[in-house]
Amino acid sequence: MKYIKQFSIIIIISFLGECVKALLPFKIPASVYGLVILLVALLCGIIKLEAVKDTAEFLIQIMPVMFIPPTVGIMVAWDQIKSMIVPFCVTAVLSTIVVMVVTGHISQLVIRFKKRKEGRQ
Amino acid sequence: MIEFLTDSAVFGVALSLLAFQIGVFVRKKTGLSFLTPLVTATVIIIIFLVASGIDFETYNEGAEILKYFLTPATVCLAVPLYQKLMILKKNFAAVILGIVSGVLTSALIILAFCLIFNLNHQVYVTLLPKSVTTAIGLSVSEELGGIISLTMAAIVIAGNVGGMFAEIIFKVFRIKEPISKGLALGTASHVMGTSKAMEIGELEGAMGSLSIAVAGIITVIVLPIFANML
Repeated sequence: MKYIKQFSIIIIISFLGECVKALLPFKIPASVYGLVILLVALLCGIIKLEAVKDTAEFLIQIMPVMFIPPTVGIMVAWDQIKSMIVPFCVTAVLSTIVVMVVTGHISQLVIRFKKRKEGRQ
Repeated sequence: MIEFLTDSAVFGVALSLLAFQIGVFVRKKTGLSFLTPLVTATVIIIIFLVASGIDFETYNEGAEILKYFLTPATVCLAVPLYQKLMILKKNFAAVILGIVSGVLTSALIILAFCLIFNLNHQVYVTLLPKSVTTAIGLSVSEELGGIISLTMAAIVIAGNVGGMFAEIIFKVFRIKEPISKGLALGTASHVMGTSKAMEIGELEGAMGSLSIAVAGIITVIVLPIFANML
């Protein structure tokens, strides 16, 4: 019964996420609304961590399998991208490296600024 | 035979799971971190489908039920985020500023490259969510009108770049704070970056898994604004 209860909570929250999406005009996926709803419910103590934990961990663990069909879909989209495969890959690789450097440095600046301030006190 | 497979309710799912298991085995044996079970499974299935003459639609008809679980699974990302929330509170400014600047940089760089290479709007929105965790990235791409299997490819590339080059990048650009390393990996390379971060250290790993959900939320808020720029 434990899993039925946990799964029910998760599905109901997913449905609430879809409701919020239908009500709001933003291009935000229902799943992200659901994520925020579950987080708030956990923070407020409306839902206890134990009430969803096991099923949540199971679903997160099997997530990679859910990505297989869309990835295999590349074989259908291939004709569409053949001509731009090089710029596509270059953009994907370089933008990832730049993001890493920027996020790393900005957060490092903040951390070191904080440390210096604390050191002075 | 093909008719039977088309009618079979579980063929697509069974093939996916079997290929994934082989992928897990291959990575264990070879020890190559960029050879994720997802990549191996995809290659195996494409080869199998092409060799047997089964088309993608036939496979996908059954396999599509896997997609149904994507929304509830994404909702569940709240659980690890909740468990890591204390670290977020302690480093709030560094986390939020680091991730926001990363998300904005990602969008700007992709916009710039699409202009340079003369890529169209559809390819642009396909690339936009590439640094974010797959579940959120796919939904965002779908929402903005991108080609989801291409977004998937870009997400896999982003993950691998993080996993392979992180240590060199940190050395060259002198990123030394453990918190910054974790944030950088999680924001740029999502789950695959985070597993690299976990290899580097515990604090790095915690920051990485925190960044996945936080970067995901920030991305869905920011991207619709960028989507109309090209």
